[in-house]
Amino acid sequence: MTALTNDHDLHDHDDHHHHEAEAADRYMFGFWLYIISDCLLFSTLFATYAVMGQSFANGITPHELFDLNFVAVETALLLLSSFTFGMAMLGANVENMAKTKFWLIITALLGLSFLGMEIYEFIHFSHEGATPQTSGYWTSFYSLVATHGLHVTAGLIWMFFLFIHFNRDGFSHENKIRLACLSLFWHFLDIIWICVFSFVYLRGAM
Amino acid sequence: MSSSETGPGGQAHGSVKEYVTGLILSIILTVIPFYLVMSGAGSDTFTVIAIVVAAIAQVLVQMVFFLHMNGSSEQTWLTVSAVYTVFILLFVIVGSLWIFEHLNHNMLMGH
Repeated sequence: MTALTNDHDLHDHDDHHHHEAEAADRYMFGFWLYIISDCLLFSTLFATYAVMGQSFANGITPHELFDLNFVAVETALLLLSSFTFGMAMLGANVENMAKTKFWLIITALLGLSFLGMEIYEFIHFSHEGATPQTSGYWTSFYSLVATHGLHVTAGLIWMFFLFIHFNRDGFSHENKIRLACLSLFWHFLDIIWICVFSFVYLRGAM
Repeated sequence: MSSSETGPGGQAHGSVKEYVTGLILSIILTVIPFYLVMSGAGSDTFTVIAIVVAAIAQVLVQMVFFLHMNGSSEQTWLTVSAVYTVFILLFVIVGSLWIFEHLNHNMLMGH
């Protein structure tokens, strides 16, 4: 509100922006609360995994199956996608649609590659005799990792629809909020993955 | 106007430099635990501690550099709810492990 002017229109305009900013704040805080409840969901899955950590029921163990090179590539894909989403946000800040879309597409491709690798891994593990029915350990493994994978899938679907919104309305107020929420969601998924590769894969491969 | 510095949700907009810093720190904090486990360089205890420390550090790095959380006064509710969440997470995870440890112990006493 730096414009020192008596121009009624200009004042209204600023006021309008102020209200929009407040509305955006409320939306973002609401979405933040959702992220927190999602954190609690994952915490119960991690707790289950920790409790089931040694319950192999004489089945195959993670030590025999985990391939850390494979997991390192998955990790790199997701970490890079978190970074490229940041680049898309920077594009949106200056309302550069071409830049935003370019980085969003890169993010989606990285996310898709991650998902493809995860599905391949699940199929491979199942062929090796580690299905969700094999033991308590594998039940908790699939619950935890697949829940993360489902979130990534949801994020990709969201990204697709956001793309349609961008094509139709450009950088409207609503679209900016949608992008900011998706950004929060996507970074959150990468943070969950840090815990997954640390406590599931690295610990399991030791 | 404040909107030139903060985005929706009062989050700072960030800059290329901020994201690149976050990315480089994240890569370092990922490579260290992977290297330790894959090479088997350290003792088991040391490796486990390194994994936990690197994971916590990387979560903090991403919260600061990617989510732009800085504990400033505009983010009071964000910070308060985040701290609250950490407590609940600890209760759920440590509590579950503690309870089941006892259960396992007591159940096996009969054998």
